[in-house]
Amino acid sequence: MPQGAAIASARGRRTGSSLSKAAKRRSTIAFLMALPLIVLITALVLYPAGYALHLSTLNKSMEEFVGFENFEYLFERETFWMVVWQSCIFAITAVIFKALIGFIVAHIVHNIPLKGQRKWRGMLLVPWVIPPAMSTLAWLWLFDSSYSAFNWLIEGVGGPRIPWLGETGWARFSIILVNVWYGAPFFMIMYLAALKSVPEQLYEAAAIDGAGWWQRMWFITLPMMRNIIAITVLFSTIVTFSNFDIVRVLTAGGPIDTTHVFATYAFKLGIEASDIPLGAAVSLFMFPLLALAAIVILRDVSRRGNQT
Amino acid sequence: MMSSKLSRRRLMARGAAATAAGFAGFHVSGAHAAGKLSVGLWDHWVPGANNTMNELCKEWADREKVDLQIDYITTIGQKHQLTVAAEAAARAGHDLMIFTGWAASDHARLLEPVDDIMADLVKSNGAPNRTAEYLGKVNGKWVAVPWAVMSALKPPCSRIDLMKQHAGIDVQAMYPAGSAPKADNWTWDTFLVAAEKCAKAGVPFGLPISQFGDSVDWVGALFQAYGAQLVNSKGEIIVKSDAVKQVLEYGKKLVQWLPNDVFSWDDAANNRWLISGKGALIMNPPSSWAVAVRDAPQIGSQLWTHGMPAGPKGRYAPFTSNFAGVWTFAKNKSAAKSLLRHLSSPAAVEKLVAASQGYDIPSFANLTTFKTWAEVGPPKGTLYHYPNPHNHQIASIAAAPAPPRIANQIYVQGVMPKMIARITQGGESIDKCLDWAQKELQGFKRA
Repeated sequence: MPQGAAIASARGRRTGSSLSKAAKRRSTIAFLMALPLIVLITALVLYPAGYALHLSTLNKSMEEFVGFENFEYLFERETFWMVVWQSCIFAITAVIFKALIGFIVAHIVHNIPLKGQRKWRGMLLVPWVIPPAMSTLAWLWLFDSSYSAFNWLIEGVGGPRIPWLGETGWARFSIILVNVWYGAPFFMIMYLAALKSVPEQLYEAAAIDGAGWWQRMWFITLPMMRNIIAITVLFSTIVTFSNFDIVRVLTAGGPIDTTHVFATYAFKLGIEASDIPLGAAVSLFMFPLLALAAIVILRDVSRRGNQT
Repeated sequence: MMSSKLSRRRLMARGAAATAAGFAGFHVSGAHAAGKLSVGLWDHWVPGANNTMNELCKEWADREKVDLQIDYITTIGQKHQLTVAAEAAARAGHDLMIFTGWAASDHARLLEPVDDIMADLVKSNGAPNRTAEYLGKVNGKWVAVPWAVMSALKPPCSRIDLMKQHAGIDVQAMYPAGSAPKADNWTWDTFLVAAEKCAKAGVPFGLPISQFGDSVDWVGALFQAYGAQLVNSKGEIIVKSDAVKQVLEYGKKLVQWLPNDVFSWDDAANNRWLISGKGALIMNPPSSWAVAVRDAPQIGSQLWTHGMPAGPKGRYAPFTSNFAGVWTFAKNKSAAKSLLRHLSSPAAVEKLVAASQGYDIPSFANLTTFKTWAEVGPPKGTLYHYPNPHNHQIASIAAAPAPPRIANQIYVQGVMPKMIARITQGGESIDKCLDWAQKELQGFKRA
């Protein structure tokens, strides 16, 4: 074999073996297996997010780069700060009530004998499995000024008609109510799963030690459910903050913009008012708020994970 | 999106492919356009109206030997608006497209001038109304042709019986079928008194004060009747005027006689209010009447569509006008223009109006007296005055005469209804409300 060919062959073997080594490396395999997900996230999350960022730096006719002018414009608007405030009221109130109701209902279902529990679980999940745009339309009819079943009942007992969607306080109450109705089953099912994973022996030991209901709840149930509560609250906060359909169908942001949340306001400005850069700027404002919530909650979860 | 494939002249198409250069010249020649044409039209709310459009298009496509593709695009969920925005951004899509009121001027730079078509249409159809001109003409050039389909006036639709019984107003005598209105006393002041009487009788007027189109339209007409402009035609903010204060004072008086949840009413809520029998008057195109005739005939037969009240500066009627335009990136502009001419002819418009059961309103002066409006019922003649046959009122759009790019923002963000809502439901003083409006309007001037 000529010398050159031998060197080439040796190099080929080395390349082949290094490729084969790389393929066998766990990190390479992990990367390859994660690749479809990376591609999906890049295409469906990173690219749109980057594009939204790009859009938010353009002028109204999308022809000139204006830097942070859209954000500056928003910061000067009373309506925008009202939307920030309302988004926080909406998300925080709705998540608190969803968590509370989910927690209580999970305990009730947990204490139902196993035989009938599945039936109850199924029924309680119904609001969560119906597409919200559809179920919200049913709520719209319940709140409707001409055909409201609620008002019909209230008037039946001599009460006054309530402007469910026409007065700021009632409208905020109504959209939070529908969001809680829709989202509480998610909390319920998560908490129920968490409850089922608490070892029964802990309660038995506590009972032997003379612990009451409240002590069992405070020293066993809550610590054992803490991580799932944190994750569920985080997940629900993100979803509730970015809610669109319930507000859009029920009030479209009215009356006098007092029920707008980020998503509906972004739609109003970006799509309906043909100001896509401004709409993109509004929608991006959700990001720092949600990122902050995610960092705080996940750091807490991670710290507790390290402690155990 | 519904798609309807019409005339297909495969022989012509193959011939065009084989001798592309020769046939391309033929297409451009215009008189007998051939090749393919793609059009995006509105999916009409009135059942069956699309069929008449199909027939008219087929008639034209067969005659002109054009392979025509029609896409009916729904307005539900802003799908039509999104399609227009997407096509404008992609510089690709349909050749001929329908545009809602503000969209034509928004996309003026991407639309072929249609002055040649308009010159002919003015000869055959009469002059377009001022709203059509305001929205369709940019820098002195027509960028789109006023389109009757789903263009509508939103005048009062009153209960004959309730108005007579509680307000002492005979709307049929005021607006008799077949003859000119006798409505000199039908002013916004009379309207206020009638609103109070009907509210006290338990059948209040159903007028939304929200950000939805029906609300913006009637409030816009009220502002115009008082000469209350927020921004003038030069783009100057003139919201802090006596006229605006006067109309806000009027709004304050009127709102107390409206249902307490009008501040969030959508475009269907007023229809439901009328059809449920709870109200004596709404302002809407005849779709509410048509649904009432179908679902609540005893109420439908008591409805009468008539003119708007007059204010100190005139009698203005809310008009939502649509347009048809040809994109500059259209592949077959001559065919698109030819189809536009065909569908805008008086005969075609009359058929389209009949198919819409009188809902559609042409913007041209000579096309407001079709027999459809005189004949439909019950009660017969209920829509006679709907198209403004005696030119009794001025068809207008809220926020005009502000430059359309500013007026569009005022309209879409419902600034005028919001002003009334702020001083009534919101409890704000008029001066504070004007400060708020001034700031909002300054923002709308951004390019």
